[in-house]
Amino acid sequence: MQVKEEFKPTIVAFCCNWCSYAGADLSGTNRLQYPANVKIIRIPCSCRLNPMFILRAFQRGADGVILCGCHPGDCHYTTGNYYARRRMTLLFSMLDYLGIERERTRVEWVSAAEGAKFAATMNDFVETVTKLGENKRLEDLRCKSE
Amino acid sequence: MQKIGVFVCWCGSNIAATVDVQAVSDALAKEPGVVFSTNYQYMCSQAGQDMIQEKIREFGLTGVVVCSCSPRMHETTFRKTCEKAGLNPYMVEIANIREQCSWIHKDKETGTEKAIILGRAAIAKVQLNAPLTAGQSPVVKRALVIGGGIAGIQTALDIADAGFPVDIVETKPTIGGKMTQIDKTFPTLDCAACILTPKMVDAAQNENINILSYSEVEAVKGFVGNFSVTIRRKARFVDETKCTGCGLCTEKCPQKKVPNEFNLGLDNRRAIYIPFAQAVPKVATIDPNYCTMLKTGKCGVCSKVCTAGAIDYQQKDELIEREYGAIVAATGFNPISMDKFDEFAYSQSPDVVTSLEFERLMNAAGPTGGTLLRPSDGTHPHTLVFVQCVGSRCDGGEKGKPYCSKICCMYTAKHAMLTREKYPDTDVYVFYIDVRTPGKNFDEFYRRAVEEYGVHYIKGMVGKVVPENGKLKVQASDLLGGQQLHIDADMVVLAAAIEPDKSARPLATMLTASMDTNDFFTEAHPKLRPVESPTAGVFLSGACQGPKDIPETVAQAGAAASKVIGLLVKDHLTCNPCVASSNEMMCNGCSACEKVCPYGAITYIDKDFRGPNRTTLRRRVAQVNPAVCQGCGACTVACPSGAMDLKGFSNAQIMAEVDAICK
Repeated sequence: MQVKEEFKPTIVAFCCNWCSYAGADLSGTNRLQYPANVKIIRIPCSCRLNPMFILRAFQRGADGVILCGCHPGDCHYTTGNYYARRRMTLLFSMLDYLGIERERTRVEWVSAAEGAKFAATMNDFVETVTKLGENKRLEDLRCKSE
Repeated sequence: MQKIGVFVCWCGSNIAATVDVQAVSDALAKEPGVVFSTNYQYMCSQAGQDMIQEKIREFGLTGVVVCSCSPRMHETTFRKTCEKAGLNPYMVEIANIREQCSWIHKDKETGTEKAIILGRAAIAKVQLNAPLTAGQSPVVKRALVIGGGIAGIQTALDIADAGFPVDIVETKPTIGGKMTQIDKTFPTLDCAACILTPKMVDAAQNENINILSYSEVEAVKGFVGNFSVTIRRKARFVDETKCTGCGLCTEKCPQKKVPNEFNLGLDNRRAIYIPFAQAVPKVATIDPNYCTMLKTGKCGVCSKVCTAGAIDYQQKDELIEREYGAIVAATGFNPISMDKFDEFAYSQSPDVVTSLEFERLMNAAGPTGGTLLRPSDGTHPHTLVFVQCVGSRCDGGEKGKPYCSKICCMYTAKHAMLTREKYPDTDVYVFYIDVRTPGKNFDEFYRRAVEEYGVHYIKGMVGKVVPENGKLKVQASDLLGGQQLHIDADMVVLAAAIEPDKSARPLATMLTASMDTNDFFTEAHPKLRPVESPTAGVFLSGACQGPKDIPETVAQAGAAASKVIGLLVKDHLTCNPCVASSNEMMCNGCSACEKVCPYGAITYIDKDFRGPNRTTLRRRVAQVNPAVCQGCGACTVACPSGAMDLKGFSNAQIMAEVDAICK
């Protein structure tokens, strides 16, 4: 039981360069705290997120993956986030089928002005994933031994 | 294996207060490939940059990781630093340990731990970085302006003044656009033709401007700096180079019953016509839908009277192809059709007119010679009712437009004022939802109409107009007085909403420029890039981007021109090197990538590959045009065979980051 209390999930956050990465920067500039478990990977657009990357993250032991992009209609590349939304809808339902809890994955639209939303989203997401506990379903233990 | 240098920045105490920078640089020194690791107080300072350059030379570094503030802040700085030391600028990666680490965590242990992981991810990525060279593409130093209204003319004049050749493509036989049809302009009441026609002549005489009137854009290929445009020069059956514009043919033509579109069908013109006296180019055009000679082969009067021998019944449409560096869309607007607004009896009575028709009725060069007469019986009207917002600000879309057409309040005030000034015996009523007059001297103008000219402004909408015994019975509500009004009017003038020209949508498709739901062109950024389209090299001028009055249009035209000039002065364009590229050996030519590309950057070619036993296999493969690709990466995910990858954010690089973070 002690182990459970100390559990700190590994969270990978993919942020689009134009809105959400800037939103994450803004929450830093405003000194809004969110847990250190969240590590951000910068991608040019939410549509750059290959579902493979999410599977890879779960395989390597991530406990939750979140994608942040520009609000629908505000994509720097006009339509990228619409593609991302569709792809993630499909991927998440597949992950659900595989037994990855629906709460471990999330898509959130965060604009460059929404530093507070970014921090709040991350706090909420970390809390949710912490409650779910460790991700065992897709983790490939062979990767750990390397 | 790369030789990587790691540079951890303190950012004064911004990073160093919550991250143990020494521990970070020590930990990262043990990472594979790292040959040098250090920390420094201000890495972005001159001393810090000098140190990076010195270490690049000293250790022969092939990759640099700077653990510092956000890449949005200093990525460019450090890239330039490394470039000066001879390292490819794209071999630099930034680990964001300020905005995304030290500033959001208070505990030094957690902060340090996270900074190390972020550093590792950046090192893992830089291991897979490849030197990228920003490609260059040449710029064709000529601009195309599509639309020859005041927006297009002003844009062309400004570009031409900077010394660049410009072509104006105008679908009508003359340039000038809607402004030629307007009588007076608000709020100064100066004559539209007096200020516009000199500009038209300037455009015609400017040696950098080439006017292609009676022409349409047929196809657009290429990309910023290198557009190739096919233009259809419609047959006008008159040799433009020979016609002197004497107008003799337009007087002698026996076909007199052609609705004159310049006067919106309020009078007739001949089958061979010059739209109006100050047309540019002043060349006659034969309307093939009405010309007896073209339809039956019998007539030829114009040919007989033409002393210049300019008539050519055999003329055919001509397709020309030209290269341009930049394209400006200036397709303008039209008043919406009144078909759906039958409650105002527009189709039932000729005395119900739109505001643009009213302009023609008031214009000295119009069908009535500037005397306001009822179109039905030619009598002088005594009671006039103006209805605003006809089709503007309609909810639920089907009947009208959801937006405010912006110019109607002002031109209605102008019409009301001019009517009262010319004919003090008239009663003028204006029905409005709101009077919107935000503009220099606009509200003063409206108040003058009410206070000095005694125009009756009534808040409320007209419900019904019924023609009865030569009068128009207007039923309306007076919202402020709380009563129903019945007015026997002689004329009703409808302020029709304006909509983008019908040619805008097919043009947007050709240009791969985006449009909003109302078919107005979308700007690259609503606030900061208002005259650029999201498609590089395509600019917006005038009402094709949204409803505008003349001064706004001219201002935007100048802004668009300055953007075009800024593009054309460059000999070469530097492209973003972080673009998609396709591995031809893996590509199966399925077109999935092409369909998701918002820029049309992907094309297909048939390419020969060496097959077994000295055979040649021809396969269809995708090719990315690096000058058009903006690097969003949509195609990389759509590609089912994994052939498409994005430079600078490759699959392998992102996976390496994922691995480093999850370790």
